[in-house]
Amino acid sequence: MLFAPELLMLIGSLVLFCLCLGQGKENLAKYAALVLAIASCILSLATLQMNGSLFFDAYRIDMFSQLFKLAISTGLVVVLLFSGELKGVDDRLRPEYFLFMILSTLGLMMMVSSVELLTLFIALELSSYSLYLMVPMRDDHGGMKMQMEAAIKYILFGVVATGTMLYGMSFIFGMTGTTYFSELVPKMHGLAATPTAMLAIALFMSGFFYKLAVFPFHFWVPDVYQGASNATTAFIASIPKLGAVAILIRITTMVAPTGGEAVVNMLMILAVCSMFYGNLSALVQKDIKRMLGFSGISHAGFVLLGLLTLKDTGYATSMYYIAGYVVMNLACFLVICKVSKNGENVSIDDMSGLYKRAPLLALTLLVGMMALAGIPPFVGFMGKFMLLTGALSDGHLALVILAALNTAIAIYYYLSVVRVAFCSPPEERPDVHVDLLTRCVSIALIVVIIFMGVAPKQLLAVAETAVRNINIF
Amino acid sequence: MDFLIMNEGFPLLSTIVFLPLAGALVLLFLPGENVQRIWTMAVTSVTAAISLPLYSRFDLTTAKYQFGEHVSWIPSLNINYTLGIDGISLLLVLLTTLILPLCVLGSWTYIKTRIKEFMICLLIMETAMLGVFMALDFVLFYILWEAMLIPMYLLIGVWGGPRKIYASIKFFLYTLAGSVMLLVAIIALYLKTGTFSIPMMMGQDYTSTFQIWVFLAFFLAFAIKVPMFPFHTWLPAAHVEAPTAGSVILASILLKMGTYGFLRFCLPITPLATLSLGPYVLWLSIVAILYGGFTALAQSDMKKLIAYSSVGHMGFVTLGIFFLNKQGLEGAILQMINHGVTTGALFLCVGMMYERTHSRELADHSGIAQNVPIFVSFLTVFSLSSLAFPATNSFVGEFLILAGAFSVNKIIAGAAIPGAILAAAYMMRLLQHVLFRGPGRPDLADLNVREIVTLAPLLVFVFWIGLAPEPFLNVMHTSVDYLIQQVNVAKTAQIAMNIVP
Repeated sequence: MLFAPELLMLIGSLVLFCLCLGQGKENLAKYAALVLAIASCILSLATLQMNGSLFFDAYRIDMFSQLFKLAISTGLVVVLLFSGELKGVDDRLRPEYFLFMILSTLGLMMMVSSVELLTLFIALELSSYSLYLMVPMRDDHGGMKMQMEAAIKYILFGVVATGTMLYGMSFIFGMTGTTYFSELVPKMHGLAATPTAMLAIALFMSGFFYKLAVFPFHFWVPDVYQGASNATTAFIASIPKLGAVAILIRITTMVAPTGGEAVVNMLMILAVCSMFYGNLSALVQKDIKRMLGFSGISHAGFVLLGLLTLKDTGYATSMYYIAGYVVMNLACFLVICKVSKNGENVSIDDMSGLYKRAPLLALTLLVGMMALAGIPPFVGFMGKFMLLTGALSDGHLALVILAALNTAIAIYYYLSVVRVAFCSPPEERPDVHVDLLTRCVSIALIVVIIFMGVAPKQLLAVAETAVRNINIF
Repeated sequence: MDFLIMNEGFPLLSTIVFLPLAGALVLLFLPGENVQRIWTMAVTSVTAAISLPLYSRFDLTTAKYQFGEHVSWIPSLNINYTLGIDGISLLLVLLTTLILPLCVLGSWTYIKTRIKEFMICLLIMETAMLGVFMALDFVLFYILWEAMLIPMYLLIGVWGGPRKIYASIKFFLYTLAGSVMLLVAIIALYLKTGTFSIPMMMGQDYTSTFQIWVFLAFFLAFAIKVPMFPFHTWLPAAHVEAPTAGSVILASILLKMGTYGFLRFCLPITPLATLSLGPYVLWLSIVAILYGGFTALAQSDMKKLIAYSSVGHMGFVTLGIFFLNKQGLEGAILQMINHGVTTGALFLCVGMMYERTHSRELADHSGIAQNVPIFVSFLTVFSLSSLAFPATNSFVGEFLILAGAFSVNKIIAGAAIPGAILAAAYMMRLLQHVLFRGPGRPDLADLNVREIVTLAPLLVFVFWIGLAPEPFLNVMHTSVDYLIQQVNVAKTAQIAMNIVP
C-alpha cells in the first residue's frame, strides 16, 4: 500500500505500452492516461499520512514525499485535461506520447521518495529521458525542425547537468563513505566548513538547478519551451519543477546551519542572477511560451530565496510557492493550448481581443498572468510576500530590495499580455472554441489561485509539518 | 488590543466592505443590460445606506478605532484580519460609499459595451477602496491597496479614450513601482515589532535612521498616489483617457488614499522622520500647488484642466498635513472630502458634455450657456467650489489649511497664496469660455432628470459643508488631537537629540 501510487503508474505504463503496439488506439491511450493520473492522485491522497521505508531503506514514504506526489499527480491530471487532444502531435505517436508522460511522472514520484543517492539518480534519469523523448514529438508544419533543435539542446544540457550532479555525488560518497541520506546528512553537517563539502553540495545541486531552470543552468529553457509542442511545454514548465524543489530541499538540509555560509552565498547569487536575467530577457519576448520560460527562470530565483534561509519555515514557503507557481503556470498554458489552432506556437499578438473571442479564457489568462506578477490577492503575491519576510528576517536586506525591484520589472511583460488580450481589437483572428471541460478546469484553476492566496494558513501548516520530519529517520 | 473598540453584534464594517464584492459575484450571472445596471445601482445604494449608521453611532469622544473586528488570518506570521475606523477614516468611507452610486448613475448611458464587466470592475474597486480605509493590519491594507490596480487598469484600458493603452499601462506601472518599496518597509516594520498590526506599530521607539528609511519608502508609494510633484505625470494621462466613472473614482477616492496613507502611516509610525523631512514635503507641496495651477491655466482640454487642478488641490492637502497642527490637519482632511465632492462633480459634468459632443475641448463648448442653462448652473457652482469661493466647501478647507500655515511658517503660507489665485484664474477661464465666449451650440440637449439627480447630492454637499461644516469637523477633533500627540512624542526626542551633542 505504501508503494501504491508508483505501482499503479508502473502497471499503467505497461498497459500503455501494450496500447502502443497496436494501431488506432489514441483515444484509448488518452483515457487510460487520464484514469491513471486521477487514480494516482487519489492513492497519493490516501497514503498521505503513511510512513515507511522500502527497498532496503533506499526509498522512504512520509508526508513530505506523499505531498509532492499528490501535487505532481494533480498537475498531471490538469495537464491531461486541457491538452488531452494533443494538437500538434502526430496521431500515430500519441500512445507513445502518453506512455512517456506517465513514465516521466513515475520517475518524478520515485525521485521525491528516494533517500539514497543512486536511487535518486535512477529516478531522475527515468523522468528526464522520458521528457527528452517527448520534446521532438511534434508535427513539423513549419519545416524548421524547431522541435529537433529543442530536443538536442534539452538532452545535451540535461546529460551534462546529470554528469555534474554525479560528480558531486561522488564527492559526497568519498567524504562520508555512504550513499544513504540518513547517514550522510549528519556526517555532512560535521564536515560543513570543508571546501570539499561545499563543492560537493554545489555540484549535487546543479543537477536540480537544471530541472528548476536556475541561472546558469537555464540555457535550455527558451528554445525547449518554444520548440516543444504546447502540451509538452505545459508539462515541462510545471511538474518537473515540483520534483526539483523537493530534492533541493533535501539537499539543502545537508548544509549545516552554522558552517554553510558558502552555500547560502551561492544560492543568493544564483537567485539574484536568475531573477534579473529572467525578467530582463522576458521583457523583449514575442512568443508567449518563450516569455513564460524566462519568467519561470525568475520564479526559480524566488524559490531559492526560501531555500537559503536554511530554516523549516523557509522550506515550507518554497513548497507553497512552487505549488502556487505550478497552478498559475497551468492556467496560462491552458489558454495557450486552447488558443493555438493546430498546435502551432502562439505569439503575444495572437492573444489580441481574447476577451471578445473567449471571455473565460481571457479571464483565466488575466488571473494567471497577474498572479505570476505578484498582484494581490492571488497566490503569487502571498508566496512572494512570505519569501521576502523570511529572507529579511535572516537579515538579507539587499536581496529583498533586489527581489522587490524584480517584481516591479516583471509587471511590464505580464501586463503586456493582459493588455493585448483585453484592450486590443481582435482584428481577423479566429474564434476560439471552448468546451465544457475546459471551462470547468479554468474556473477550478482560478478558484484555486484565489483561494491559495487568500487562505494560505492550512497549506503552510501542512507543508511545515512535512518538512520538519524529513531528516528524522 | 486596547486601541480597538470591538463591534458587538452585526459585523457592520465587514458587510460594508464585502457587500459590493458579493454583488459583483451575483452580477456574473445576471443577463440583460438594464438588469445589470439596476442591480449595481441597488448594491451601491444599499452599501451607502448601511454606512450611514457609522456616522450616527460614531463615538466622538474617543480616538480609538471603533466598530472593530478582529479575526486571526495567518497565525504563523501574526497576520490578522482587523478592521476599524476613527475620525480620519470615517469621512473617507462615507465619501466612497456615497460617490459610487453617483458613478453608476453617471455611467448609465456612457458605457455602451460590456456593461456587466464594467459594473463588476466598479464593485470590486469599491470593496478594495473601502477595505483600504478600514484596514488596521498592514498585510490586509497592502493586499487591498494593490488589488485595486487590476480593475482600474481594465476600466481605463477597455472603456477608455483614444490613448487608453498608454494611460492604463503608465498608471499601473507607476503605482506598482511605488508600492514595492512599501512592501519592503512593511516587512521591515514587522521584523522590528513582531506584528503587522498598524496601531501596534505606532509609538514605538525606532531609531532615527530606521524611521527615515521607512518614511522614504512610504513616501514614495504615497507620493505617487497623491500625486505629488514630480511623481504626478501619470495623472493627466489616466484622468483624460478614463471613462467618466473611472475618472470620478480616480479623483475622488484613489487620490485620497495617498494622503490617507500619510495620515495613517507616515505621521504616527515615523514621527521623527516626519519632523525632520516635513519641511521638504512642504516645499514639494508648494511646487505642486503652483505647478498644477500654471499648467491648468494653459490647458484647452477640460478633463486635463481638471486633472492638473487636482494636482494643485492635493498640494494644499499635503501642505495641511505636514504643518502638523490641528487646523492644518483638520483642514487637510476636510479638503480631501471637499476635493472628492467637487472634482468628482466636475468630472461628471465634463462626462455629460462628452456624451453629447464627443469632445473635451474648450473650443467645442464655447458659449453653451445659452443652450444648456441647467448644466451651466451646476458647472458654475462646482467651479466656484473648486476655486475655494466663500460659502462653498473648499473655502472652509483652504481657510483652515492657510490658518494652520500662518501659525507655523509665514513664508510657506505666503507662497501658497498665489496657488489660490491661480485656481481662480483657470476656473474663471474655463467658465469664461463656456459661459460667454463663442456662438454656442443649439443642438445640445440640456440635462435630463437622471443627470440632475446625479449632480444634485454633490451640490447639496458643496453648500452644506461650505455653510455648516461643524457636523463634518466634529468627528475629526479627537482623532486629530491624538495624531498630533503621537507626532509630538517625537518632538521631545528630537529636541533631546539636538541639545545633546
